[in-house]
Amino acid sequence: MSEYAYFPGCSLRATGMAYEKSLLEVFRILGLKLNEIEDWNCCGATSYMSIDEDAAFVLSARNLALAAKQGASEVVAPCSACYLVLRKTEDYATRYPTIRKRVDEALQIAELPPIDWMKVRHPVEVLFNDVGVGMVKAKTVRKWQGGKLACYYGCQMLRPYYETDRPQDPIRMDELMHAAGATTIQWALKTKCCGGSLTGTIREVGVRLNEILIAEAVRKGAEAIVTCCPLCQFNLDAYQREMNGGRGYDIPILYFTQVLGWALGADRDKLGFQHSIAGGKVLKQWFPAREEVMANA
Amino acid sequence: MIQISRTMKYQQEAVPEWSEQLRELPGCERVFSCIQCGTCSGTCPLSIYMDYTPRRIIQLIREGFKTEALSSNTIWLCASCYSCAAHCPQDIHLTDVMYALKQQAIKEGLYPKHLPIPVLAREFYEGVKRNGRNSEFWVVLRFALKSNPLLLLKMAGSGLDLMRTGRLSLKSERIKDIEGLRRELEAPREVAR
Repeated sequence: MSEYAYFPGCSLRATGMAYEKSLLEVFRILGLKLNEIEDWNCCGATSYMSIDEDAAFVLSARNLALAAKQGASEVVAPCSACYLVLRKTEDYATRYPTIRKRVDEALQIAELPPIDWMKVRHPVEVLFNDVGVGMVKAKTVRKWQGGKLACYYGCQMLRPYYETDRPQDPIRMDELMHAAGATTIQWALKTKCCGGSLTGTIREVGVRLNEILIAEAVRKGAEAIVTCCPLCQFNLDAYQREMNGGRGYDIPILYFTQVLGWALGADRDKLGFQHSIAGGKVLKQWFPAREEVMANA
Repeated sequence: MIQISRTMKYQQEAVPEWSEQLRELPGCERVFSCIQCGTCSGTCPLSIYMDYTPRRIIQLIREGFKTEALSSNTIWLCASCYSCAAHCPQDIHLTDVMYALKQQAIKEGLYPKHLPIPVLAREFYEGVKRNGRNSEFWVVLRFALKSNPLLLLKMAGSGLDLMRTGRLSLKSERIKDIEGLRRELEAPREVAR
């Protein structure tokens, strides 16, 4: 059985709770073990990097060192921002001796081991490579009854490390959705940024970026958007009322793990659909409560 | 007599030493290899809102126009999506350059004071120092009170939605070893930059 250290990050304990619930279910069903990093701290996201880069690397190094202390050699970080900051720390500490020195000194103060080598991974890539699309498909027990999906990859899980998928035209989340029995649309904006925290700071700009994404997904025939990052999900989900010239949208914004969990036969209650803001009616149709589990012929 | 004002900077107002120092920073090594093709600006989802497009920021850096680069809104609008870095034919890590500029703008107090983005970054930063983890709710609340309390009215709708769907967590988690983390963050910085 594959085992990984698990870095949930702050969002998965708040606005992104549906992601954590569904992720844990999917990993459990597929027989992958996630060991939460004991006493993990916030990754610092883009904000820490904007103010004090040294401190930002120290924050992430502590998490990597704690994972190493638990005996792990791989960390799974579901939030794209967490994934990137951890990955970047590993990279920069390897390439720049000044950063390595600063980080090692800080870890020494906390009596933590120096970070040696820790592989940072995103769950889309873990499921694709360690389980495989074929195995996921073989384990599905429900037939997909929903509509067409648009897979939205966003930015930081793809760039600048290119390890999770093809950077310009990613396909792995689409293939996982196909394994779950769903059809996905092809669209050019699947890697266009949602603006991150701009919806909170310069709201008009942030909402506009997300409106462009939703409008295009709808125009291409998608009935829901599938995400793999808590910030993307939140931005696309929470502001739909203000879009479309005030008429609004009502499109479900799912996590890829919710769709997978459903196909793999998880309890509806364990997948966090109740935390969705938009598209409630569609969600009830696609993921009915107490649905008879049908064998996938 | 006709009054005309100069719209361009003269070379002698530039700070070339600054460019030389900047290119030494991690991730900024390749700024001088820019060919000014504009691919970064074309692929940037936010360039239409920026006072200097990403391409122009690089040129400001290379010419040594420090104040212009550091006080631009560009560096704060950058959402770190790395699209520019991924597409750059010269392999310039422009997103990392933007981070270096943000750090300097904060240090030198040159960031645009009307922009709420540095305020959010600061609140986020303080939140981690306080608790080791961030509560989205408290960071956003503090940020709104400090930048523009009217924002709270605008946020009320989505706040209620979050509450209704059980996603608004008011509790603030603190890590066990917060003292250790603070010591790590404040460790003496012997490393010369």
